[in-house]
Amino acid sequence: MTFEYAPAPESTAVVKLKPEYGLFINGKFVPAKDGKSFATINPSNEQHLAKVAYASEADVNKAVAAANEAYKKIWSKMPASERGKYLFRIARILQERAREFAVLESMDNGKPIRETRDVDIPLAAAHFFYHAGWADKLEHAGMGSNPKPHGVVGQIIPWNFPLLMLSWKIAPALATGNTVVLKPAETTPLTALLFAEVCQQAGLPAGVVNIVTGDGKTGSLIVNHKDIQKIAFTGSTAVGKGIARAIAGTKKAATLELGGKGANIVFEDAPIDETVEGIINGIFFNQGHVCCAGSRLLVQENIQEELLEKLKRRMALIRVGDPLDKNTDLGAINSAAQLAKIRELVDSGDAEGAERWSPACDLPAKGFWYPPTFFTGVTQANRIAREEIFGPVLSVISFRTPQEAIEKANNTPFGLSAGIWTDKGSRILWTAKHLKAGVIWANTFNKFDPASPFGGYKESGWGREGGRHGLAAYLKGVH
Amino acid sequence: MILTDGSESSIKSFLRTLSPVDQVGADARAAMLATRSIKTSSKVWAIDIAISMIDLTTLEGADTPGKVRAICTKAVRPDPSDPTVPHVGAICVYNDMVKIARDQLDASGGHDIPVAAVSTAFPSGRASLDVKQRDTEDAIASGAQEIDMVIDRGAFLSGNLAKVFSEIEFIKGICGDKAHLKVILETGELVTYDNVRKASFLAMAAGADFIKTSTGKVTPAATAPVVLIMLEAVRDYYAMTGKKIGVKPAGGIRNTKDAIKQLVLVNETAGPEWLNPQLFRIGASALLNDLLLQRMKIRDGHYAGPNYVTLD
Repeated sequence: MTFEYAPAPESTAVVKLKPEYGLFINGKFVPAKDGKSFATINPSNEQHLAKVAYASEADVNKAVAAANEAYKKIWSKMPASERGKYLFRIARILQERAREFAVLESMDNGKPIRETRDVDIPLAAAHFFYHAGWADKLEHAGMGSNPKPHGVVGQIIPWNFPLLMLSWKIAPALATGNTVVLKPAETTPLTALLFAEVCQQAGLPAGVVNIVTGDGKTGSLIVNHKDIQKIAFTGSTAVGKGIARAIAGTKKAATLELGGKGANIVFEDAPIDETVEGIINGIFFNQGHVCCAGSRLLVQENIQEELLEKLKRRMALIRVGDPLDKNTDLGAINSAAQLAKIRELVDSGDAEGAERWSPACDLPAKGFWYPPTFFTGVTQANRIAREEIFGPVLSVISFRTPQEAIEKANNTPFGLSAGIWTDKGSRILWTAKHLKAGVIWANTFNKFDPASPFGGYKESGWGREGGRHGLAAYLKGVH
Repeated sequence: MILTDGSESSIKSFLRTLSPVDQVGADARAAMLATRSIKTSSKVWAIDIAISMIDLTTLEGADTPGKVRAICTKAVRPDPSDPTVPHVGAICVYNDMVKIARDQLDASGGHDIPVAAVSTAFPSGRASLDVKQRDTEDAIASGAQEIDMVIDRGAFLSGNLAKVFSEIEFIKGICGDKAHLKVILETGELVTYDNVRKASFLAMAAGADFIKTSTGKVTPAATAPVVLIMLEAVRDYYAMTGKKIGVKPAGGIRNTKDAIKQLVLVNETAGPEWLNPQLFRIGASALLNDLLLQRMKIRDGHYAGPNYVTLD
């Protein structure tokens, strides 16, 4: 008999879903002016979760006006230490309600409860704590003696880390004295709306944070609004380029955190078992829905066979299934559209002659699922080596010399993340020096901290989020 | 497959072929596996398999024949009120108690439960080879079917690997087919994970049937990352040689939760084929009672007090 882990599902009783959610404008939930709404579903079983208001032009105008009013009358006049108190309060409430947020995030996004519980929610709270501390110390941040906020900032966030991306955006914006109009992703609006309740609970002055739900059109209304001074966007490179075009010639500032095709470089002297864990974490964390995923595995030729054997053995242990089961490692793909995109790119890999491998695994019948997968025999010219798949699919490419590893790693329009695996400290430094990537991990992957700036080179974006550099993005005239 | 001829240079060059261990990564993997949630039917199964893997141990200066007889009786039938509880894996005692334990096990129906003796100047290993030889021969003559020997940590840490290797080889020769050899690395004194991995391979290449973490006299003992690294070592050794070596964590595993975490480590590292008493043992004393109390709780639906399990 073998050791089967019986289902260990997290209870959903802690989440009180409403049938319908309004827009959060000026401290209150209000319906959309024209009464339009859309549905959000649980991607692991396609069950309807709630109806959410769809913000059109009148609603976005109202939200921006509320943010403007709050900026002029309250937030810009408040002593910085008071602003900090609100942020501390929000951080503490996020911790107190962590389980509720973790369960809701898993339901709306499809990611495993182990990750929402251990990564998303604790990190979101950490971002508020970190920035709360900065609020009254900005003049000591090395950005001039009297740094000034932009005013109203428009923020558009993706569906891969809904609450975490919200906190990356809202915490520094509020700490530096801006007010916010934020649009969560169309498929994952619920934790942002629960966060709106947290703002109410914290007594945050009305209009400082406004949350409008909708789709790309709602987003473009924010981007093009004349009273918004700064745009912060995380999402695809295509949309990011559109935003750059839209704001060209205006005085709007922008930070764009876009796609990536991270190289995870494994040298022959790497600690092999921990490297295998790092590869798994690099590409299968959050179903590979990570802009900084280590989606290209660059492995030194002489250890490729051994490494892939170990990787296969380890991948066979990945537990795919119910995101709310505490033992699940890989959850659901976030949407039917994303699943179709993954399949399209995988088909191109097959058609271009790369060799595909997945462990045997039973996928649930309902919902959107994709098994952990890697391709070998991949060349730099294959689409799966160049385009962001944003799913649990790894492309394996070999190299002979460190120079070749650098050339291949940098031979991409992106430049967000990279990983280096070696036992040699000198080689870590040499490799990191030559890589063109905004974030480089050595002997680890996908580690985040609010104090550490995050962002990309080239088509991976503009600006940094987190740390002192992240504050600069929300202050006027500082780069 | 011969991995080394036992000479200093050959052992060193063999150990140099091993992949290094990254401490941060190993700690993180062990911590992640500790979050596995084992409930209901899988917990019932895990408790019984854990009981069957226990090397029920008493290694005190104050041990008495009476106490040894008591734990032997308990080893055969851990819960007197419930015959469905499996017997433990082995009894582990000092040399002078081996015969007493063997006789008591035989008298109470525990013929198939082996007696393990701690040997080679346990726990420090600081004695001449002659003394270690006599120690081991004495244990086997008294009826020990398993020998838990300690390695010479002083020799290992100072780089005298051939001495460590030849001692294990020598003791293995004495054990022959009469006794299984468990080699105690005392990982708390080896300190680094690289050392644990090297010592594991050294012991396996020299003839160990089992590699064991600790004597129980040094802290830290069987920490999760150390057990993880030893399980990776036996898995890799099996891939190299086709030979399965057992692992025995000992020291610090006191409750059901800890024991189940060990089983998860085995299941997801060496693999399910290691989940049996032939290849995995847990050296413990207090653990057995907690497993029994948890078992009663699942059976009866409520916790029983400590007086519902036997003292020794």
